[in-house]
Order: sequence, then C-alpha cells, then structure tokens
Amino acid sequence: MSPAEQAQITQSTRNGWLLSAPALVLLTIAAVGPLAIVVAYSFMPQGDFNGVAWGFSLEAWQGILFTKDVFDGTLAWADANLTIFWRSVKLSMLTTVFTFVVGFPTSWFIATRAPKARALWLFLITIPFWTNLLIRTFAINEIIRKEGLLNTILLKLHIISKPLEMIYTDTAVFIGMTYVYLPLMVLPLFASLDRFDMRLLEAAYDLYASPFQVLRKVIVPIVKPGIIAGSILVFVPSLGAYVTPRLLGGGKNMMIGNFIELQFGQGRNWPLGASLSVTLLFIVTGALLVYVRHANRETTHGQ
Amino acid sequence: MTQTIAVEARNVVKAFGHADTAVRALDDVSVQIRKGEFFTLLGPSGCGKTTLLRLIAGFEMPSGGTILLEGADITTLPPNKRPVNTVFQSYALFPHLTVAQNIGFGLEMLGRPKSEVQATTARMLALVKLEAMANRKTSQLSGGQQQRVALARALAPSPKVLLLDEPLSALDLKLRKEMQIELKRLQLETGITFIFVTHDQEEALTMSDRIGVMSAGKLQQVGPPKEIYNHPVNRFVASFIGETNFLPASRDGDRYRLDCGIKIAAPASNAARVTLTIRPEQVRLVAETEADALPAKITNLVYFGTDTHCHAALLDGTEVVARLQSPASGDAGLAVGQSVGLRFVPEAIQVLED
Repeated sequence: MSPAEQAQITQSTRNGWLLSAPALVLLTIAAVGPLAIVVAYSFMPQGDFNGVAWGFSLEAWQGILFTKDVFDGTLAWADANLTIFWRSVKLSMLTTVFTFVVGFPTSWFIATRAPKARALWLFLITIPFWTNLLIRTFAINEIIRKEGLLNTILLKLHIISKPLEMIYTDTAVFIGMTYVYLPLMVLPLFASLDRFDMRLLEAAYDLYASPFQVLRKVIVPIVKPGIIAGSILVFVPSLGAYVTPRLLGGGKNMMIGNFIELQFGQGRNWPLGASLSVTLLFIVTGALLVYVRHANRETTHGQ
Repeated sequence: MTQTIAVEARNVVKAFGHADTAVRALDDVSVQIRKGEFFTLLGPSGCGKTTLLRLIAGFEMPSGGTILLEGADITTLPPNKRPVNTVFQSYALFPHLTVAQNIGFGLEMLGRPKSEVQATTARMLALVKLEAMANRKTSQLSGGQQQRVALARALAPSPKVLLLDEPLSALDLKLRKEMQIELKRLQLETGITFIFVTHDQEEALTMSDRIGVMSAGKLQQVGPPKEIYNHPVNRFVASFIGETNFLPASRDGDRYRLDCGIKIAAPASNAARVTLTIRPEQVRLVAETEADALPAKITNLVYFGTDTHCHAALLDGTEVVARLQSPASGDAGLAVGQSVGLRFVPEAIQVLED
C-alpha cells in the first residue's frame, strides 16, 4: 500500500469517527446515564423524608431479600418480596407461553392469506395500539369484574349460578397481559412465517411426515428466530408490567413494577426502589441468556 | 419381460374453480405407467402435466376418476401415506438441515432405526457423488448440487415411483445435459419407476422409455420416443415434438395432390382433405429438372454449424424447410433466390386427417 493510500484511509477513518461523535455522545449519555444513577442510588442510604442521602450503604440490597426487625434489628426472609418476584416471573412466563399458543395460529392464518388480505389482517392486529393502554385495561376490567359483561352473560345463560371472582386475581392480571402483549408476539411470528417457503410443507408431507411432524420438524425450527423475538418482546415488558397488575390485580396482587413504584412513591425508600430495578434488570438478562442459549442448543441438537 | 403396471390413472378429471367458471386442468385422462420405466409427461405449460403429477403424489384430490398404485386404489390417500416421492421444481430442500439430514428425512419420518438411516444416507450420498458435502447446509451448494440432494432425498426411502416436476428447468444448458445423463443412470441403477414432467421435447426424447404428450388437459399420444417423433397422431403432437413441415393436400386416387398442383405418393387415408407432414431432415434438395422433384425457390438459408436449414417456397407459396448436412468444404453452393427441386423421402411422409 502506498503512503498516499494509507493517508487516505486514515483520513476517512478519522472523518467517520468525527461525524458520528455527536450521536455517540448523546446515545452514551441517554443509555448509560439513567442506569448509572439508578445503580448509584441503590448503594446509598435512605434520605430522611424522601430521596437519598449521601454515603454508602448496602441496606437497600439487603432489603430485597430480608426485612430488618424494627426493635432488635434481626434479619428475617422478606416473604412478601419473594412472593412478588415469583408472581412476576410466573405470570410473565405464562403470558409468553399463552401469547405463543394463541399467536402462532393467528400469524399462520395471516401469513397464508392472499397478499391484499394480509395487509388488512395486520392492520386489524395493530388497531389496539391506537388506544391508550389505560383505557384498554379499564375495558377489560369492565368485562371481567363481578357485575361485568362476562359474568352477566354467563348468569343469564344459567351456565354459572353465582358470579365468577376474576377481577383482582392473578388470573385477571394474566388475562390482561395476554391481551396487551399478544400483538408483540404476532408481529415477529408473522414476519418469519411470511418468509417461510410453503413448498417445504409439501416436501415434508411427501417424505412421510405427519401433520404434527411437519410442524415440529420443519415449521418450528425454521421460524425459530421469530419465536425467540416474539417471546423476548412479550416476556421483558411483562416482567416490568405496571398498569395491568395495578388495575386488574388490585392492591394486593403486585408485580415487580408496582413494587418498585411503591418504593419511589408512598414507601419513600428510593434506594430499595433502585436496587429492585437493578435486580429486575438482572432477572431479565439472566432469563434471556438461558432462553437464547437453550433455543440455540436445540437447533444444533440433531447434528 | 412381463410388464406390470406401477401407476394407473383411470378417467381422471381435475377441475379448478367453481361450477360455472371451473377450468378443467385434466379432462378424462387415462394412462398406464409400467413398472421400472422412465415415463415422461410432455406438454406446453398449462397442459395439465404437473396437475397429473400432483394427483399421483397426493397433493391434490381428483374431481373424478381413480388413481391406482400397483393395482391398489390410492385416490384418497394423503401424500405421507403414499410410497411415492417427489423431486420438486424448486427442490424445496430444508434450509435448517444439512445435506445428510435432508437425505435422511424421509426414512426418519418412517421411524426407521438410526443405523439404517445413516447407512442409506451414506449410500445415497455416494450415488449422487456428494459424500464431501454431507455436513454442509443446503444453501452452501450450487444449483446442480442442490438438484442432486433433492434427488437423493426423494430416492432414499426407495419409493415405488419417483415423480420429477421439471427438475432441470433451473439449470443452465451444460448442467442440464449432464443431469439428463445422470438421471437416466440413476433410474437404471435403482430400477425405480420415474415419472418425469417437462416442457422440453428434446429432454423427453433423449431420456424416456415412453412419452405421454399432453395438451389442453388431455393425453394426445402415448408411446416410445421414436414412435412419437416418426408417427405423430395429430397436428399438435407433430408440431410440438421437433420441427416439421405441414403441407395441405387433397386425395387424388391413391396419391395426394399438393396445393401447388403436384401429385406425390404417401400412405393411404380415407379423408379427402389431409395434411402431409415431413421432417426437415427427410427433405432432399435435388436438381430442378429431376423427375418427381417439387419446384421451389430458396427464400432463406440459416447456418447452424452441423447443418444448414434451407427455407424454400413451393409454387403456391407454401414454405418447406429442408435440413442439409454441412458439406466438408463448408459451402453447399446455394444462394437465396435460387431455383431448386425438393424431394420427400416417401416413407417419412405422415398423413394427418384433420
């Protein structure tokens, strides 16, 4: 390489960095800044009335798993916190599985329509996004509450003799989250099914695969990227869900999101809220790592 | 050799669309395909040849008629219950599996033991000469290699009949010629009945034991390549297979009078108006003065290397093409506008009553 060429390459590399610098600085501040503040808060002592005080303290981290007795200062397992964690993870997983069970046939249906009809169906799927989440959640409340639409119909039809207790239960939260996050499963699944070569179905069918084997051995492995993407898109926001558990779970069926909000609000324990937020981040990261690794192992399994 | 029937279609009808606007893709087709033969369904696109193949594979159900496999009625059996495999035009290889896994797929679905799947896969890889590619993904292969994988995959479960849906159409000319020979070799080695669909008449002539020529949902003629080429039963078959000259004529005693006024001898017929056909290679160029020669004027000369196509107009303007072998000197001494005599090899003339 001639010195002139070398100089030209060096120059264009430098220009590239200079041009991207403003965006890089902005992105770094926006992405790392808030997170750094949250992490810092989690290592600070509680402020007198609100916020945090200067200093270093591990109390907030201790508070995730243990509660300190007010009188003698002994530590005991914080059962309430663990219940909230477990409920969050359990409901998020159920939501993910159920949105897949409902979303897969839906996406399949859309992907197998004529191109024109496909656009219409996708449009219909996205309509709920046009309305505010709060309003949609109230609508669900209206359907499943004690004197709600569902109970009224079932009572009128004499299918049940007394109203079903659905509102303010885990089931209500689960129904609400499935409804809210279903499009997030359908859209990535559709994107992969849309690219799926339907002629492979005939090939598999011709090679003695039963309809179930066609699904398991051909369709699922090929659209797996879509399944992974959809699962992540549903699981991650489910875990941090706030509005749905608040409105449909009532005060007592809290999820991590509500618990964190409680610390920054009425609880006035910002450090604990911060440490809980960081913990949520770890749970999400951990769950994703396990999930993606497992999903990839299955692909290479047969080889 | 006692010939048993591998596949039989009896009065098969396939209509697409609703009652009033229904299109008959297959219109009362009956055909018997013998065990171990290389049978080609030949016809232009839209003639129903692929539909017939899909009915045999089980991807479509006929609107009427029956399909038998070795004497047993399989009309309503789904594809995964039929011991018949297909090589698809698009190959339809599984992108998430390796070459070896693709080939073993059918046997695996049949629930064969792992050792058998592996042994058969290895044998198939050797058969199509792809041993080195066993662990590649199919997307890393060339078109010709993908074609071989598709073949091996369909042959691995040793089907009773192998269906091939225009498998060579995506390959370039040189590769296509190689695969034609390869396919014929595979068919002889495995002894499996091949049903091959193509619109390429040359492909059909070079590879087949028998050809079924289709047009407009009907089988026009079934027979060995030589019979189809030399004795076409109608105008469609004559024009679709190879090049040919059509000469309208009227019967005049035991001879035929061409529209240019000259009488020539040809096989007997009952119709008053007929069309005589003669292949270009059976037309000879002779001196104008020779007895029995049809006077004509050369209108065009097209050089093809091995031979030259000489277009000549008869007195009434009917154009006749003669294929002349290029002489060693390279120059046949012909020129456009020259007057020549044409003579047809008498036994090569076909009489079509239309």
